[in-house]
Amino acid sequence: MSARALARAPYEAVALGASRGGVAALSRVVAKLPASFPLPVFVVEHRRASSDSALVEYLESRCALRVKEAEDKEPIVAGTLFLAPGGYHLLIEQDRTLSLSVDAPVHFCRPAIDVLFETAADTFGSRLLGVVLTGSGCDGAAGLAQIARAGGGTIVQDPRSAEAAEMPRAALAHLDPDAVLDLDGISALLAAIGDASS
Amino acid sequence: MTPLALEELEIDLLLEAIQRRHGYDFRHYARASLKRRIRHRLTSAGLERPSDLIGPILRDEKSFSDFLADMPVTVTEMFRDPSFFGAIRQRIVPVLRTYPFFNVWHAGCATGEEVYSMAILLEEEGLYDRARIYATDLDARALAHAREGIYPLAGVRDFTRNYQAGGGRRAFSDYYHAGYGAVKLDGRLARNLTFAQHNLVTDGVFAEMHVVVCRNVFIYFDRTLQTRVANLFHESLCAGGFLCLGSKESIRFTTAGALFESIDEREKLFRRRRVAA
Repeated sequence: MSARALARAPYEAVALGASRGGVAALSRVVAKLPASFPLPVFVVEHRRASSDSALVEYLESRCALRVKEAEDKEPIVAGTLFLAPGGYHLLIEQDRTLSLSVDAPVHFCRPAIDVLFETAADTFGSRLLGVVLTGSGCDGAAGLAQIARAGGGTIVQDPRSAEAAEMPRAALAHLDPDAVLDLDGISALLAAIGDASS
Repeated sequence: MTPLALEELEIDLLLEAIQRRHGYDFRHYARASLKRRIRHRLTSAGLERPSDLIGPILRDEKSFSDFLADMPVTVTEMFRDPSFFGAIRQRIVPVLRTYPFFNVWHAGCATGEEVYSMAILLEEEGLYDRARIYATDLDARALAHAREGIYPLAGVRDFTRNYQAGGGRRAFSDYYHAGYGAVKLDGRLARNLTFAQHNLVTDGVFAEMHVVVCRNVFIYFDRTLQTRVANLFHESLCAGGFLCLGSKESIRFTTAGALFESIDEREKLFRRRRVAA
């Protein structure tokens, strides 16, 4: 799928994963999305269990989306950015609700990007867009490959533009994504997808 | 049928087989996490599909105990979430003082760290001799561990920090003996503890409770099962009794939400509401 085809495909959800350098990258990627963005956005950002409300407030101040920490069994709503709480995996259920778990860390991470991506791929199949942003480690690579296998769209941040290139590189070693873009490119693509899906 | 729908069907059949053969009912566990566990079990057993597990699980005890070992075991530590224990001291202890005798139920106590934390808290509040703490879990192995009260020495630094942050009044080292790379909690703490196997999915009320503590157990259940268990807690609690959930848990999204009134949104403390039958 070319970047242009990627923007035209119908989606039901967007899943983003980021680690080191992720806060700045995330806020740039979602900055231009309107409050009327027709999809839910799920985010795993690796962080310590304690630093919760600060990131919600920060992202809220940087974008028009409603930003909240995901709650267990919460229904999924469009135009909302659901952030995985520190210390918990975020999973997507078939009945379009969220669930949390304290299952073992994956790649030493909880929340882990792979857990979100794999369960979101199960639920949304080809109507999911997965994005791996800056970070160290290899979390997200296997999950993004699973999104691709389920027919979903995949984007990896261009490692040359990433504050930490390791995670995007690991993803590129796992799969050939639909697009490799810098943060502004990803931001523009998400906005276009929002326009096409509404 | 899509491969994914077929996998779902096979998981349904596997869970049905487990329930009918072994009596453990995982059918209303939160599905996404359960599915990940089953996929892992298949990988480690060198099998391909959930249905491949049905035969071994019906006929081979080892296969079933391996499966069970992959099921949720609550990870916990002493005084986990110190602010929660602070809130218990502030919001719940004053009410407990008004009772000559009271019961506390740790439902899904796993390896028991929070049970001993509660015993220490009540001891320091001068209330432990009025208390009976029931600690239950589905998993007999976890319960045996809880009963021993022996934990790796490596965790003690975190336990100590949590204890102090949670309003502890003494030196945490007063409560354990160290040796051989482990700590054994003071045997006196066990004097009012009762450990028992209890399955929240299938078992019922066993005593009238003043406080129910059930943390990071609800998140493993789907909404149907959460509703059932919230009803069980409601039936178990005395008028005005307290329910304490894990810091990211809620009963808001279940139909049992109306049974409880939230008294501390952040620390997830609830109080039983009187509800017309």
